[in-house]
This record gives sequence, C-alpha cells and structure tokens, in this order.
Amino acid sequence: MIVTLSRIIKYGWRGFLRSGLLSVSTISVMVLAAAVFEGVILFNVIGRSAVSSIQEKIDISVYFKSNVHEDSILNIKKSLEKLDEVKNVEYISRDQALEEFKKRHADEATVTQTLEELDINPLLASLNIKAKEPSQYKSIAGYLENADLQDLIEKITYAQNQIVIDRLVALIATLKTGGFVLTIFLSFLAVMVIFTTIRLAIYSNSDQIGIMRLVGASNSFIRGPYIIEGIIYGIIGGILSFLILVPIINFISPYINNFIPEINLRNYFHDNLFSILFYQLIFGVGLGIVSSIIAVRRYLHI
Amino acid sequence: MSARRSILYSRFASNKIGMIIFQNVTKNFNHNAVALDKVSFKIQPGEFVSIVGRSGAGKSTVVKLLIGEEKPTKGQIFFGSYEVNKLRPREFPEFRRHIGVIFQEFRLLTKKTIFENVAFALEVAGRPQKEINEFVPQVLDMVGIKDKMLNFPAELSGGEKQRVAIARAMINHPDVLIADEPTGNLDPYNTWEVIKLLTKINELGSTVILATHDKEIVNTLGRRVITLDGGKLIKDEENGRFIV
Repeated sequence: MIVTLSRIIKYGWRGFLRSGLLSVSTISVMVLAAAVFEGVILFNVIGRSAVSSIQEKIDISVYFKSNVHEDSILNIKKSLEKLDEVKNVEYISRDQALEEFKKRHADEATVTQTLEELDINPLLASLNIKAKEPSQYKSIAGYLENADLQDLIEKITYAQNQIVIDRLVALIATLKTGGFVLTIFLSFLAVMVIFTTIRLAIYSNSDQIGIMRLVGASNSFIRGPYIIEGIIYGIIGGILSFLILVPIINFISPYINNFIPEINLRNYFHDNLFSILFYQLIFGVGLGIVSSIIAVRRYLHI
Repeated sequence: MSARRSILYSRFASNKIGMIIFQNVTKNFNHNAVALDKVSFKIQPGEFVSIVGRSGAGKSTVVKLLIGEEKPTKGQIFFGSYEVNKLRPREFPEFRRHIGVIFQEFRLLTKKTIFENVAFALEVAGRPQKEINEFVPQVLDMVGIKDKMLNFPAELSGGEKQRVAIARAMINHPDVLIADEPTGNLDPYNTWEVIKLLTKINELGSTVILATHDKEIVNTLGRRVITLDGGKLIKDEENGRFIV
C-alpha cells in the first residue's frame, strides 16, 4: 500500500516535470482561473462594503414641535425601539441640534450672527431612526403617521427622501443579485476552463492510459499519478495567482478607497492573507483533483 | 548462462493459467462485418502457436479477445480458470499480469524511460523496489538493450523499441506471451532477433502465441499453425506451413 502510494506520487511528480510546455500552459490557465476566483471573493467584499456603506447613510428623522416635552419624545423613542424593523433610534435634543448647527456653520459669519440675534433656539428636537433593512423605512414611516402622534410631529423626512430611499433600496437589491449572479457565472467559467484544460492534457495521454491497462495496471494505479499532477497544478496555480494579486491589490486599493471610504482593500487583504491563500489552494487543488478524476475516467474502460 | 541470469530464468513459473480454449467464438464489430465466425481451438501450456492469415483475416481480433480488449459476440474464451468473456473490468488487471503482450506498434509509455517502461509491469503487480532494480537490468541485458536503459522510447530505433516491449512482456514471467505482428515494422535483421527472443521465451516455459502474416517466419519456425481466412478457422496443424 505504502509502496504503491509512493510510486503513484513519484510518477505524478515525474509526469509533471516531463510534460514541459503542457504543464506550463496548464498552470497558466490555473493561475488565471484562480485569479478570477480570488477576484470574485474581493468583488464580494467590496460589494458588501459598498452596500452597507450606502445603507448606513439612509435614515429617517422625525422632528417634533417645539412645545413637545422631552419625556414624550423619549416615550416615542422607546415605543419605536420595540418595533422589529428598527435597528436604533438616536435622540437629538433642541440644544444638541443647535450646537451641531453652530459647529457645522462656524465659518459662516452671517449664520452665527443671525443665531446670536435670535433669543430663542429655532431648531427642533428630533429622533434619527435607522432600520435594519432599507426596505423597512416605509413601514416605520407608516407607523409614525398612523399612531396618535400627528399632534406632536412637525415633519418626517421620509416623505421628502422617499424617492431617493426607494431608488437606493432598488440599487442595493440589484447590486446583491448582480453580485451573486456574477459570482456564480465567473466561478462556473473558471471551473470549466480548468476542467477543459486538464481534460485536454489527459486526452493527449489517452493511448498511454490504454497501454497501462494492457500491462495490468489497476485503475487506481493509473489514476493516481494524474491526480497528483492535478494537485501540483492546483498548488502552483494557487500560489502564483496569489503572488500576482498582491501588487495588483496594493495598486488599486487607494482608488477603491476614494470611491468607498469605508473599505480599505489592502488592509482587508493583509488581515485575511492566510485565509485567502487557503481558499485559493483549496479551490485549485480541489478542481485539479476533480478534473483529473473525471478526465481519466473516460479512458479507463479498455 | 551466468549465475545472475539463472535466477531470472527460474522465475519463469510453470503455467498457472493452463489451457487456452476458444469455443465457438464469433465477433461482429457491427451488424454486417463478421470479424470471427465460430472459431474454436485449444492451446496447451508451453506451446508455440502461430496464427496466420491475410490482413483482415481475424488475427488481431483473436489477440484482442484473448487479452480482453474486446468481448466476443458469441462463444466462450477460457484461460485456465479464467473465463475471459465474463471478467469484470476490475478483474482485468490481475488477469493481465499473467499475460505478456507485444504489438506491431510497440505501445511503449512515451514519457517513461526504458527502465521505467519495463519496471512498470512489475510495479503494477506491487513488486518490491529491490527486486525491480535487480531484474529490470537483467531482462534488458537479455534482449540486448541494457545500455539504453535511461533513454526515452523516442530515442530508440524500431528494433530497439520492440526489444523493450519484449522485455516488458517477459519480466513478469508471464504464463502466456502474445505477439501481434511483432515484426511488422522491423527490418529482416531485427525480425529474426525478435523471433529468436520469442523462441527463447517459449523454451523458458511460457506459451507463445504469434499472430503474423510473414510466411518466411512461420515456415522457418515449423511449429503449430492456425490459419484464419475471412474470420473462419480454415486449418490447424502441427508443424504447419503458411499456405493461404
């Protein structure tokens, strides 16, 4: 058993070395496919961050009439927090609102001047509400409009922002579905390309497989070395594509950072270095093994 | 005979496979073409039998059926205790280790060296490396090609390739050695070298079945001849001659 296994590994390794140009081209294709696979992983990371960064920016604010007492607002806050759809509610008192307003317009002399001339605080207290899912804003807005709160509420921003929110909800849904479809499609493409390449490489050996059968080799003894070759292709392809992606990621990371400030691709890549390499290897080796087994199978019937 | 060679010679075991029997064997490759038509014969252990006939007479079909590369349409084929037509795919490797086969087109493993080609037949049988390192050079020496041990098949001439094929076929001390037009691609000198080797292997105890259309070889050998014509067995005689 151990003797057979060591012979299989020996022949797999020699077969790889002696295939020369064929090995080089198989590995090249493997590198491309593994890079596509890695690209898909990173695309998903970017996509998810982009979506959540858009989601973070959506909220609705409820402004209360100036005569409403803080206790009532806090009661409404509590009742909102009990809703399933609500992720969090932030209370901004009139004083806080004024302070923030001042801070925001500190450089604008006319604004600060006007404020100082006013005796009263013109700003209203508000609740900033974030939903768990963007599609839930509608029902939260509905809750606020239906409850007996009409007397207390000055305005709800949902009405003004409804179109924008709806568009964003649609955009997020499209991004999610598109990302999923693209992931499936590209992974399928990578798998098919590798499978075809390995099948062609083994096809050129089909007469050799027939000879081995006639000399009395068992199927596992014939298949074994091809599986070892597939594993070698997978390992080398995975590592090479990883090494190629490192400088590419370092290069594009700042551009993506400009586009979506929340995501730092370089940091993500460096933090997940080993798991990405691990997935690459699993992807390459797994595909190498499966393609070899399926390809050799066809020629084992003599 | 050197002491080392005698070890090798002693490895040629008595026939475990026993008698070969073709019983009313018919083979159709498609509905109209009959490759073999109710062919029956027996071959005793240790015999040297030539199967002769024109191209397309059915010689290669007999060989393919014997080694299980094809299945008969009708009839039975026995190889000692093996009923070849009923063997399952996973039973073939063990069965084929009792047989050595030589083909006109050599059928060597092109990506393996000469040493590895011959060693392969022992490796598939799970023989220890020590034995392989000892016997492979001996057999290559016997067929006169030991100095090319580390070359690849592409670097050898036709005659040399056929010697490698013979070495591979005989190293497992087969009960039966089947040669399908082994001299078809060889010049006269190499042809007789190959025939001499086959005779030698037969003397060592292996049954030899030689499919050929070379009249001169068959007539010079003066052994049993089975003559096929159009898929039918038309003659089977001891000390036969090639007359078609």
